[in-house]
Amino acid sequence: MTTVKKKLIVKNKQGLHARPAALFVQIANKFDSRITVRRDDEEVNGKSIMGILMLGAEQGSQIMIEVEGHDAESAMEELEKIINQEE
Amino acid sequence: MLKLKGIAAAPGITIGPAYRFGKEEFDIVRQPIKPEDIPVQIQLFEEALIQTRREILELQKRIGFDMGQEEAQIFDAHLLVLEDRMLIEEVISRLKKEMVGVAFIFSEVLKKYIEVFSKIEDDYLKERTADLNDVGRRVLRNLLGKKQKSLADLQEKVIVVAHDLSPSDTAAMHKQLVSAFVTDIGGKTSHTAIMAKSLEIPAVVGLETATARIKNNDLLIVDGTMGTVTVNPDEETLTFYRQEEQKLKGISEQFLAVKDLPAVTRDGKAIEVAANIELPEDISSVKLHGGQGIGLYRTEFFYMNRKDLPTEEEHFQAYKYVAEQMNPHGVIIRTIDLGGDKFLSQFDIPKEMQPFLGWRAIRFCLARPDVFKVQLRAILRASAFGKLKLMYPMISGIEELKQANSILQECKDELRNEGVSFNDAIEVGVMIEVPSAAMTADLLATESDFFSIGTNDLIQYSLAVDRTNEKVAYLYEPAHPAVLRMIKNIIEAGHANNIWVGMCGEMASDAAFSVILLGLGLDEFSLTSLAIPQLKFIIRSVTIEESKKIAQEALSLSTAKAVESFMEQKTKEILG
Repeated sequence: MTTVKKKLIVKNKQGLHARPAALFVQIANKFDSRITVRRDDEEVNGKSIMGILMLGAEQGSQIMIEVEGHDAESAMEELEKIINQEE
Repeated sequence: MLKLKGIAAAPGITIGPAYRFGKEEFDIVRQPIKPEDIPVQIQLFEEALIQTRREILELQKRIGFDMGQEEAQIFDAHLLVLEDRMLIEEVISRLKKEMVGVAFIFSEVLKKYIEVFSKIEDDYLKERTADLNDVGRRVLRNLLGKKQKSLADLQEKVIVVAHDLSPSDTAAMHKQLVSAFVTDIGGKTSHTAIMAKSLEIPAVVGLETATARIKNNDLLIVDGTMGTVTVNPDEETLTFYRQEEQKLKGISEQFLAVKDLPAVTRDGKAIEVAANIELPEDISSVKLHGGQGIGLYRTEFFYMNRKDLPTEEEHFQAYKYVAEQMNPHGVIIRTIDLGGDKFLSQFDIPKEMQPFLGWRAIRFCLARPDVFKVQLRAILRASAFGKLKLMYPMISGIEELKQANSILQECKDELRNEGVSFNDAIEVGVMIEVPSAAMTADLLATESDFFSIGTNDLIQYSLAVDRTNEKVAYLYEPAHPAVLRMIKNIIEAGHANNIWVGMCGEMASDAAFSVILLGLGLDEFSLTSLAIPQLKFIIRSVTIEESKKIAQEALSLSTAKAVESFMEQKTKEILG
């Protein structure tokens, strides 16, 4: 079991909403690892579209992703890409 | 008489009786359960989710067929909600804790989410509460074992009045019997607005009190252009709007009447009027609006929203379908215009400072022949099944064109060796959208079979304007004398070398430019399907001599403003 944690800034113009949010959840669901996303005091399941949307993370906000499981590293790598995408 | 003011969501005027379409009210009782009921309740919940999923997939298929993939994608969000772990887990854990029937628990959880979403200051999320409501009601209905109520059962032509319309409502709707939408909530980008536009009926949304003030069978005047709804109008108002309605109908009927007639000027010159498409499914709309072929088939969608690369077979199947469907008309496939602003997840392309001037389109393809050849081979193979042509985007000079053609030649040789049939004489053209290509069109013409002018990029590059930058967007002037002169130069260079010249940018669908472009000698227009009938009408109303005079006069003007007002006046004269 590996646990990977990373603090990231949401770069996308739309924030973690709309298409980026859907994309994030779709990718998160490809992995077996447990994925948690935190913003301020709010903590949600990264595999849940409701959860991600409820974070209300706009462009520029800081989030913390925690991935736990055997495929944690590759999951983090792909999720990070989405967070770092500007378009 | 009562006049309500809302948001103009889709243009047009309609007069007719109101039909109130209400949401079904479910009676949800807080039904206590015993511990041994829990497994049954969970099973009920799962079955309702599965049934709802089935309904949505069915709807999605139908909408994709009726209105295209883009509308159908709205339901992807619904499917995600159904599979949402957080939601499902919350329902099950509260069920166990509170010992109450699952329908009640589910409606409580749903309410909570909707409340949270509607409080967030974000237009996108606010619209998503409609999705949540929609999918939630479906699940509830299935939990309660009730049948769907729908707009499919309409008996006469009506104006639908609702608090809000969901994609499922409009999808199930008997389309010929709905003449307008009137809703309490929603904005210009709401589902109701999108659907109304694609059905070409008027809509007024955001009226707030429509359902409170309109009764069934009230006579309504819906003015989707001004955003007003008149309830039970007096004689005078009714007469006025009847005349307006007739006038509008007359104009669009004028256009529609000629949609299947040939696009020939009054003095007998035939013009090719083709359509721009993105997906094979778009063909039905092309045929419906009288398109005589495809002048621009964009192929980037193959690469969007996926992690792997599309195979030659995938390309081939789509091209073959389009070629066969449009036969005997021509289809111009534009090779991939990827890079720049277009997302490319398959390749690790570093972020560029100036993507519009960067590594994209033909530049990318020439550097990656492995990717390019997959598409070229597929186009060649499909050329055996219809009248396919191909064109390269973003060519900036003759060398690029020669390189691209030599890769094409390699593909032809390969296929020949493999014994695969293809059209060896396939027409190969250049999309003229870079000023350097426009200025050297005479050179390019010696190596190509046709030109297609891509005005959007040509204008932005020529005038050095990024039109997404609001500070300089005012400089994006299609009517700029420089643009007109450049177009003239391209057409003349093409004709001097005996090749035909078309246009596939936005300018081709702008009625104001049609006559000037005709006068400059443009042979082919490729535009969005919806605008085809109007262009045919304009072409059939003028002679080449007249259009030449108008073009000449437009070219003599010194500012875009002067050209615009001149064109506006001429268009008015022609459209009457």
